[in-house]
Amino acid sequence: MGSHSPKEDVGKHSIKQAPKSGNTAFKLVLAAVAMFGFGFALVPLYDVFCEITGINGKITGPVERVEHWVDTSRTIKVQFITTNNAGMPWEFDALQEQVKVHPGAWTQAEFWALNPTKEDMVGQAVPSVSPSEATEYVQKTECFCFSQQSLKAGEGRNMPLIFSIDPRLPPHIRTITMSYTIFDAGAFAE
Amino acid sequence: MTTATAHHDDHGHHGPAKGIMRWVLTTNHKDIGSMYLWFSFTMLFIGGAMALIIRSELFQPGMQLIEPEFFNQMTTMHGLIMVFGVVMPAFVGLANWMVPLMVGAPDMALPRMNNWSFWILPFAFGMLLLTLFTEAGAPNFGWTFYAPLSTTYAPSSVTFFIFGVHMMGISSIMGAINIVVTILNLRAPGMTLMKMPLFVWTWLITAYLLIAVMPVLAGVVTMMLMDIHFGTSFFDAAGGGDPVLFQHVFWFFGHPEVYIMILPAFGIVSQIIPTFARKPLFGYASMVYATSSIAFLSFIVWAHHMFTVGLPLETELFFMYATMLIAIPTGVKVFNWVSTMFRGSMTFETPMLFALAFVVLFTIGGFSGLMLAIAPADFQYHDTYFVVAHFHYVLVPGALFGIIAGVYYWLPKWTGNYYDEKLGKFHFWMSFIGVNVTFFPMHFIGLAGMPRRIPDYALQFADFNAIATVGAFIFGFSQLVLLYVVIKSIRGGEKATDEVWEGAEGLEWTIPSPAPYHTFAEPPHVK
Repeated sequence: MGSHSPKEDVGKHSIKQAPKSGNTAFKLVLAAVAMFGFGFALVPLYDVFCEITGINGKITGPVERVEHWVDTSRTIKVQFITTNNAGMPWEFDALQEQVKVHPGAWTQAEFWALNPTKEDMVGQAVPSVSPSEATEYVQKTECFCFSQQSLKAGEGRNMPLIFSIDPRLPPHIRTITMSYTIFDAGAFAE
Repeated sequence: MTTATAHHDDHGHHGPAKGIMRWVLTTNHKDIGSMYLWFSFTMLFIGGAMALIIRSELFQPGMQLIEPEFFNQMTTMHGLIMVFGVVMPAFVGLANWMVPLMVGAPDMALPRMNNWSFWILPFAFGMLLLTLFTEAGAPNFGWTFYAPLSTTYAPSSVTFFIFGVHMMGISSIMGAINIVVTILNLRAPGMTLMKMPLFVWTWLITAYLLIAVMPVLAGVVTMMLMDIHFGTSFFDAAGGGDPVLFQHVFWFFGHPEVYIMILPAFGIVSQIIPTFARKPLFGYASMVYATSSIAFLSFIVWAHHMFTVGLPLETELFFMYATMLIAIPTGVKVFNWVSTMFRGSMTFETPMLFALAFVVLFTIGGFSGLMLAIAPADFQYHDTYFVVAHFHYVLVPGALFGIIAGVYYWLPKWTGNYYDEKLGKFHFWMSFIGVNVTFFPMHFIGLAGMPRRIPDYALQFADFNAIATVGAFIFGFSQLVLLYVVIKSIRGGEKATDEVWEGAEGLEWTIPSPAPYHTFAEPPHVK
């Protein structure tokens, strides 16, 4: 390339403008870099947003066990759904399809997982609550979904879930579905 | 080096250097603009050939020509090439050519960077296209590359795709920075912001959109790269990530992106209609404010692409109403164009025909967009051919017709010769008929439930698919007429006057035709 500076290319008119142009360009480059950072900032922002609003059933936990006032006048039907992510070979089931609970009472549910393969595996269950409005009222002191589950080849195990529904649950919600999807977390084993 | 020494001469009196190195080393905005336009034109034929492969397979139900895996690669590559390789480079090319001429600047503000931002592109697309010849095949996850299709289940060529996107992103950002700096700093004395031609205005706003969202696209593909190769789990639920997060970040880029692809076309049409109606543009200030409003709104509507992922009701309502709000500034624009023509002395040369078709057909695409914005109805339309019909109506007779209109409008200024008006009109009518025959039936098969991105379909969709394929071939091959018209105009023809068009106003029509290699070495004064 030639040794002349770029501003000479464009004639006299722009020479006096060039410092100003460099300035503007620099600010715009900074803006672009900032937006690149913003793209990554969307990741924690998304998690915070989901936690605040309860979208996605992202339950924070485990919580400290607090004895609520038990609202015996209401009965909430809590349904359990289990799903295997594509390619996950485990047997994974809820041992009860549904339970009826009074808001405020602590309830234990059992889940069953079995690794039928000939290799040791690590699984991670990802929870979700429907309707999402109910998410913030679901409190768990213990859940197999809080940590990875390791199963040796052929090993099976009961996994507990201890939860309670906050009595402040809006009155129009009568049924809550808790869904768990099990993933092969071998690549992320801790 | 000849170019380097030549540049030390008096700037008004020398022409371009000779040979291939002129194009490699050029910092001239007209050369770079031409290269962008030829690059885009080449990509149009490559992406168009892919569209014809897709349409050929869909001519009849059943699988006849290609394997489903290859079909997926074709839909993906067609989308990527048309968005990033045709529409965006064509607009940058037009901006390179016309923005300095319209604001009375001698060149772009950052000519070296201009050269670089163009020359990255052929390498980015070369890399993307070469994946077609790898064993793994080209990317096959759709142009929206949703995770986990593009991460966990992606072909190994995805890494080339990611670097390709990085490169075209860098190119667009540099191009956008250059355009903003040129517009803000190199305007001729007296040209205040509110005296700028609308093409310049729409490009200024588009450039800001590019600077804001192309880095986010770069970010999302970087996250993919890290998920695939470095063991992170941004989008993998097994490791604590969330695939829906991908869609949020992608569409945070993706929705402003669709306005990036249409705002400059609004600008072109706003130049052409006043010329051929021989009346000043109706509502200039409202056009500027409407464009700015659209650009602002484009940042808060992204989740209307994701109504079916399981958003809470309040979120769906917010995005539904915010999306519908965009119809207001867009409506302002359409009514301004119509009012400009009202009682004008209209003539119907080829650029005007394309601009008129733009107004009518883009409005159809806008209306189907409003239908899609209705969250409860979107559950039926989502991922069907109705969506395909909608975005092709806004992109083909929208963005592409805008570009073609601009090419016909400014071609005599670029080449110094009028194009062949008869052939131009022939090209217009073939394109107009072809585009409608292709995309209008897609509304019906979409409403009837035909899913997009699937190589086979149920028998009841057969007739409309056959019609669409015929239309696609008419449309595709009529673009060869455009190629011929452009080459013919470069090689000769009736000499164009400086003004070119009887009713044209603006600085670009005050310089000779063809535009000399260097223009506005002394800035003009705008009253």
